[in-house]
Amino acid sequence: MKDNSYESRKYILSGIVLLIFITYITQLFSLQISNDEYKSKADSNAFYKKTIYPSRGQMYDRNGELLVYNKPAYDITFVPREIKGLDTLELCKTLNITLEEFGARMERVRNKKHNPGFSNYTEQVFMTQIPMEDFAVFQEKNFLFKGFYIRKRYVRQYNHGVAGVLFGDIGEVSQRHIDKDSYYQRGDYIGTQGLEASYEKQLRGEKGTEVLLRDAHGRIQGKYQEGALDTPAVRGKNLTLSLDIELQMLGEHLLKNKIGSIVAIEPESGEILCMVSSPSYDPTLLTGRDRGKNHKALSSDKNKPLLNRAIMGTYPPGSTFKTSQAAMFLEEGVVTPQTAFPCHGGFIFNKFKLGCHAHSSPTALKEAIGTSCNAYFCWGLHKMFGMSKYGGTKAAMNVWRDYMVSMGFGYALGVDLPGEVRGMIPNAEYYTRHYGNYWRAVTVISISIGQGEVTLTPLQIANLGATIANRGKYIIPHIVKEVENDTIASKYLTPKSTMVSAASYEEVIKGMRHAVIDGTCRAANIPGLDICGKTGTAENKGKDHSVFLGFAPMDAPKIAISVYVENGGFGAEYGVPIGALMMEKYLTGSLSEESEKKAETISKKKIYYGKDER
Amino acid sequence: MERTRDSIIKRIDWWTIVLFALLATMGWLAICGSTHSYIDTGIADFFNQGERSGKQAMWMGISLFAGFIMMCIPKHTYRNLSPIIYAATMLLGLVTIFIATDIKGSRSWISAGSIRIQPAEFMKFATALMLSAFIGRREFKISNNEDFLKAVGIILLPMIIIMAQKETGSALVYLALFLVLYREGMTGIFLLAAVSAIIYFVVGIKYDSELMSKLPVSIGQYAPTIIIQIISIAVVKFWCKNNKTFTVLLTTNALMTLCSYWVAIYLVEFNIMTVQYLLLAFNVIYLLLQIRLRKEKRNIWVAIYIIGAIAFNYSCNYVMHNVLKPHQKVRIEVLLGLKEELNGAGYNVHQSKIAIGSGGVFGKGFLNGTQTKLNYVPEQDTDFIFCTIGEEQGFVGSVFVMTMFIFFILRIIHLAERQNDRFARAYGYAIASIFFLHFTINIGMVLGLVPVIGIPLPFFSYGGSSFLGFTILLSIFLRIDADRER
Repeated sequence: MKDNSYESRKYILSGIVLLIFITYITQLFSLQISNDEYKSKADSNAFYKKTIYPSRGQMYDRNGELLVYNKPAYDITFVPREIKGLDTLELCKTLNITLEEFGARMERVRNKKHNPGFSNYTEQVFMTQIPMEDFAVFQEKNFLFKGFYIRKRYVRQYNHGVAGVLFGDIGEVSQRHIDKDSYYQRGDYIGTQGLEASYEKQLRGEKGTEVLLRDAHGRIQGKYQEGALDTPAVRGKNLTLSLDIELQMLGEHLLKNKIGSIVAIEPESGEILCMVSSPSYDPTLLTGRDRGKNHKALSSDKNKPLLNRAIMGTYPPGSTFKTSQAAMFLEEGVVTPQTAFPCHGGFIFNKFKLGCHAHSSPTALKEAIGTSCNAYFCWGLHKMFGMSKYGGTKAAMNVWRDYMVSMGFGYALGVDLPGEVRGMIPNAEYYTRHYGNYWRAVTVISISIGQGEVTLTPLQIANLGATIANRGKYIIPHIVKEVENDTIASKYLTPKSTMVSAASYEEVIKGMRHAVIDGTCRAANIPGLDICGKTGTAENKGKDHSVFLGFAPMDAPKIAISVYVENGGFGAEYGVPIGALMMEKYLTGSLSEESEKKAETISKKKIYYGKDER
Repeated sequence: MERTRDSIIKRIDWWTIVLFALLATMGWLAICGSTHSYIDTGIADFFNQGERSGKQAMWMGISLFAGFIMMCIPKHTYRNLSPIIYAATMLLGLVTIFIATDIKGSRSWISAGSIRIQPAEFMKFATALMLSAFIGRREFKISNNEDFLKAVGIILLPMIIIMAQKETGSALVYLALFLVLYREGMTGIFLLAAVSAIIYFVVGIKYDSELMSKLPVSIGQYAPTIIIQIISIAVVKFWCKNNKTFTVLLTTNALMTLCSYWVAIYLVEFNIMTVQYLLLAFNVIYLLLQIRLRKEKRNIWVAIYIIGAIAFNYSCNYVMHNVLKPHQKVRIEVLLGLKEELNGAGYNVHQSKIAIGSGGVFGKGFLNGTQTKLNYVPEQDTDFIFCTIGEEQGFVGSVFVMTMFIFFILRIIHLAERQNDRFARAYGYAIASIFFLHFTINIGMVLGLVPVIGIPLPFFSYGGSSFLGFTILLSIFLRIDADRER
């Protein structure tokens, strides 16, 4: 009785079965084989790469004294789902907060806008950097607060309370940092100022990772493959700075109540021995829980303590600049050591007059430097610009420019700190733009005495001192002497030469020595130290700036220094005594009793700067 | 016609048994894999009764025993008892609605002590038996409307009961039994209608707000009219076999469609939908006229199809926006790629695709899956069990499992076809269809091709009732097959 009608329909039915089968195999193929996207999605689902933070590199001074290190700080965290039977009052008492504060903090954590990563299953930050005392009490009672945890972090710690602008600052990374360097992730810290910024790569070390397995609720289920893929954190490299911390402290002490800077360099190596920018601040202010408040106060201070004036301030170098002119004149044959120019109250040319103080006339180079004669250098420049070998004022101007640039002026030197500015060395085109085609030596004559358009940073002035001390060579000044298990950049090891020969510099040095023995710098004549110096009294809108440039000892220089005190008056008033004290401290290791007294007096002297923003 | 037990063992189809054993073993291993926690180290005790794998092993033992019992009952007993079994299970299903404990909104489980069973699983074999017995009656004629409606009634009754238990997904399975009716001579129009309904729905909803590249006409409205023309004209040619009518319809439809499209683009812009509707109206009128003129009786079905399709098309949007519940609407939108909602309705399917996709060619190895182990895929040991296979066994393992399933289904079809009577053949097709529908919906859902409908993958998904139900379904057929007259 087999009924065979419609038997062919078995093929249609089997066909449908096979059609579905083929469709599904195709989809399976596209999911599993032709597409990698799902693999990486699965990994990011299940693998939680926990970051292990390395400790940041420490900093030491040139004598091995510890300057900057890390101190543990404690954050209180909690996992919302794990909180059970919390005694809120007891917790508030332990952490020294009010019930309202507790409520506000909880609300803030749960607010998706403030805390987009909120999950009931993962660790949330409740309080950061709690004081040590509170931490100790909390740790004791931790068992009472189920679901609450302690997370250890590190904050920077400083031993001496000085050199804030040099050490710089650490802050949370911004999106811009993350885009630029894939090393960083949200919540990481990065050096934002000073050495913390310029040596970020060496100081930060290397983050480690622990590959953990995470379930759909974000709970950690253990280590993946027993930690086979984990990488340990590598601590940051320690830095040995060229700073002499005692010199730095003395410098900041001397500049108290004044605005200005002191830069000292070891001429032979280009190492910066101290870099003072005043007013200064204690770097400890920018760590810990009051960081935000303190930072706001410092950045709104009208005297700008966060500005490193030694490299970011540009000033007229005044008469300290004459040393560079003298070296160039000799080299170019404008003058010989014997050439003398008359000075009767200044440089007088036709109706133009640039004044000078009273001294014997005419003067040759040595006396001109010693007494800081304006007329000598004006005549020198006038003569140089008139020399036929250049074929015109403009060409001569650019020769002048080349000399100055070779001495490290007009461009940033390349110190290992962020934010260095270049100062100003004008060229012929600059003046043509301002005066048209018809300008002469007289038009620009004040550049020969470090006034007019010329501006330098205190670091460049100090470097001028180092160059003279080295008789024509310098190494780019730098503040990091050694990096642990690493080398410093080669530019900090190779000397650069100026366009002036050593012989010419010898003549300049004679003049600077003369200034100390029998000239403007007599206050710096400390027996046995063989100090060479040059004062500067830089004219500006207000009271003159007091400037000093010097180095010592004359024949085997160990230190070159620039002192710049804004509105300090004559160079001899602040510049010379401060410079002398600094050199005495560095070269003899201490100050004589008499010098100690002098230092106290200077430290207490206050210059009034008015209420304007500086 | 009594036979010894010995001869039964010789007469049952061992190929099916082998495939069944293979699928059941792989299924059990998949449950072991999906419930094994990642942090467990050492050899897990998969037979521990506290574990789901252990419980499943117990249920598999019970099922094997039940299957053995089922195979001891001869074919004619099933045939004779089918109305009683049907009535009894339907009653049980009805009672369940009232005594069941509410589990996630579904009222389909009854608890007896520590064991919970789902009567719906047993309604399947009862309905399959009842339908087959009904079709197997000597006087049954599918062309007889009364017989046909009764057969449909047998299928619809359990569906209604299960829907009342709030298990819409499980109710859908019974639709598979229409394949049995098709095999027994039901007009293919119903199958065609079902397939076209899916096509119109998908095209209509998915492209509703998308315009044609050169004309401001919605693709979601235009494309279905073209599909209606193609399908209806094809039916006229291959089913009605009216060549002349076919030629007339094909020429007018093709010509008018192309002309109107061309005119609208290059000459005067007008709403080409008007032409489409006029054409469809023309087709209906022409077909109806030919019934009179040329006695082409089957044309009436084509005309009904066209009208029904247009009506369906219009109601789709209405249903989508006014009838469906928001969560159902979202599921459909996610599936059609209109919405991406990775944390809401799309989450399950998205995670399921990630788990399967991350398996690659050879998989991560048994017990080494991360996505399934760490609970990223919900329902991973029940409805989404195939994820574990995809992740741990990769493409190779997944294809193997799917191939075995298809062999299993095709083998049952083959067995069904070798039966000498309609009862046996219908029952064979009934269980093949049920397995096939479960396979299609479950794996299609896991692969993201079918909306999320919670029905188990036979022999794989965790669950005692479902394993027992499927084993009974199969073992009855094995006995029926063994008892066939040669």
